[in-house]
Amino acid sequence: MPAKSRFFVTILSFLLPVLLWSLISYVPWLWHPKVEISDPGAVAYFKQGMLVDTELFDKETLKQEASGKALPEGRPANPIYLPAPHEVVVAFYTAFTTEPKRRSEKWLHESLWQSIQVIFWGFFLSSLVGVPLGILAGTYDFFSRLFEPFIEFFRYLPAPVFGALAVAILGIHEAPKIAIIFIGTFFQQVLIVSNTTRKLDPSLLEAAQTLGANNKALLLKVVIPGILPDLYRDLRILLGWAWTYLIVAELIGASSGITWFITQQARYKNFDNVFAAIMIIGIIGLTTDLILAALSKRIFPWQRNAAGA
Amino acid sequence: MTHILELPTYLDQDDAVKDRFARLKQRPIALEVKNLSKTFETTGGTVTALKDINFKTHKREFVCVIGPSGCGKSTLIRILAGLESPTSGEVLLDGKAVHGPGPDRGMVFQGYTLFPWLTVKRNVMFGLLQSGHSREHAEEDARQWIDLVGLTKFVDSYPHQLSGGMKQRVAIARALANQPGILLMDEPFGALDAQTRIKMQTYLMDIWKNIDITILFITHDLDEAIYLADRILVLKAHPGEVQELIEVPVPQPRSPEQLLSPEFLATKKRLEELIHPPQEGDEINGDHMNMVRMVPVDHEVESVF
Ligand SMILES: Nc1ncnc2c1ncn2[C@@H]1O[C@H](COP(=O)(O)OP(=O)(O)O)[C@@H](O)[C@H]1O
Ligand SMILES: [Mg+2]
Repeated sequence: MPAKSRFFVTILSFLLPVLLWSLISYVPWLWHPKVEISDPGAVAYFKQGMLVDTELFDKETLKQEASGKALPEGRPANPIYLPAPHEVVVAFYTAFTTEPKRRSEKWLHESLWQSIQVIFWGFFLSSLVGVPLGILAGTYDFFSRLFEPFIEFFRYLPAPVFGALAVAILGIHEAPKIAIIFIGTFFQQVLIVSNTTRKLDPSLLEAAQTLGANNKALLLKVVIPGILPDLYRDLRILLGWAWTYLIVAELIGASSGITWFITQQARYKNFDNVFAAIMIIGIIGLTTDLILAALSKRIFPWQRNAAGA
Repeated sequence: MTHILELPTYLDQDDAVKDRFARLKQRPIALEVKNLSKTFETTGGTVTALKDINFKTHKREFVCVIGPSGCGKSTLIRILAGLESPTSGEVLLDGKAVHGPGPDRGMVFQGYTLFPWLTVKRNVMFGLLQSGHSREHAEEDARQWIDLVGLTKFVDSYPHQLSGGMKQRVAIARALANQPGILLMDEPFGALDAQTRIKMQTYLMDIWKNIDITILFITHDLDEAIYLADRILVLKAHPGEVQELIEVPVPQPRSPEQLLSPEFLATKKRLEELIHPPQEGDEINGDHMNMVRMVPVDHEVESVF
């Protein structure tokens, strides 16, 4: 596909869902299962601004009609959990500028920063151990047999089940959350990295051997540089997965970070803020990935697709 | 009417060639292969890839190994390189038994095994650094070898920016930089187009003439074998055994015109007989095609003849 139309389609891929959302929000006869009361009329329990089911509204209207009293008025509306796009856009701004309800609570940007730190440390610590173990397991049969069976077993245990344990051992603050990200990432990471390592063209190792490389040089001068671009791509994908563990992690112990913000706002029925926060997670994730992808072209100039060819 | 040329036999050598072979055999032995056998244990049973191979090459000799596919050529060269160990027998390089791969034997593979993350210069420096040379010395040496294969302009290019022929020249430079006694080449030009291939053959012969190196070169291309080799080791398949060691009667130094000389054609005829014996043309006769005429009788081109 030519670059221009590729760009256009990329835009379209974001535009289509937004368009669908707008249609449902702004076209009154699409969905809109509720009525927002603008004038309660003679119905005693209707109040202005109240959302009622359309059937109930119709029933009450008929009742009032029959008895000749003032009719209630209202307009079709969507449930409160589906705010319209413009409300979310506004919330994007106000969520950051609204002071927290209580002194002890955090601003949105503080919650976000807390989440990013949890992700970072969980992922960093996991990679610190997981990548070397993966490379060893992918290079040497011995380590593969030593590590992989247990890891293969362990990765089927859902990370969140260790929540209570993590809190018991590590307290209620950041540490158990980081531990959950670690557990969620680490076991997959070792297996994925070892697999990537095994995919390295064995003839490169043979060529190096005929050039006099010993075992240490094979590992340091051939295996590691040889898998680096693929390893980088693996880590990008794993980082995306780490975000999915964030939400569970942050519910453990003392609820914190962006998850705390979301649950709190949902409790206040500020669904526009909830949507804004969810989208911020998406935007942070996508931006990080785009930056990492762009960097990869700089770091690995020998990659065919990176040469601009 | 077809004319079949009357050819001399490949055993006829003119005096110059005869004299050259006599002198060649006076040279010290570079490589000696003794009673070499190799079997693989596979799920389908035991495969005998090589059976009782014996031959010697002399210093600065150019030997080609030829044989039908699957006859064990790659297995042989991998054993010589130390990438595979023989089931029995031994390999002597300058009289010493070899075990495992080492920089005393250079190897060029059919696939381009350049390190994609290293520039041309760094690829050539790889072996030099492994054998403990300083970075400056390795770099200086590497430049000379790159110069020798005519790629000075590409020292800082990455392999993916080079054509197939250029990549193989880097691979040759990389192998030679270690100054091995013998250069092992497994169908190095097999993936190149015909024109590049001929150019590469000429390059290789130039290198061979000017450097103290013995070359063992595997190919399945008969012309290539005759054009390059002093002697050709012909293997046969199942099991891989030496069929004949042919002294190529085409005078040295070689040039492309010799491809049509009587000695050349005579040698080729002999190789054809050895490699494609007429009695068992199994592949073509064994699984023949069920061809039916699919052109209507009233087609505008009724017959291709
Ligand atoms: N690693 C191996 N395991 C099992 N069989 C092998 C292996 N390598 C080669 N062979 C078998 O040995 C025979 C010779 O193979 P090879 O040396 O690659 O032949 P060539 O290079 O002449 O085409 C073939 O039958 C092949 O299937
Ligand atoms: Mg082969």
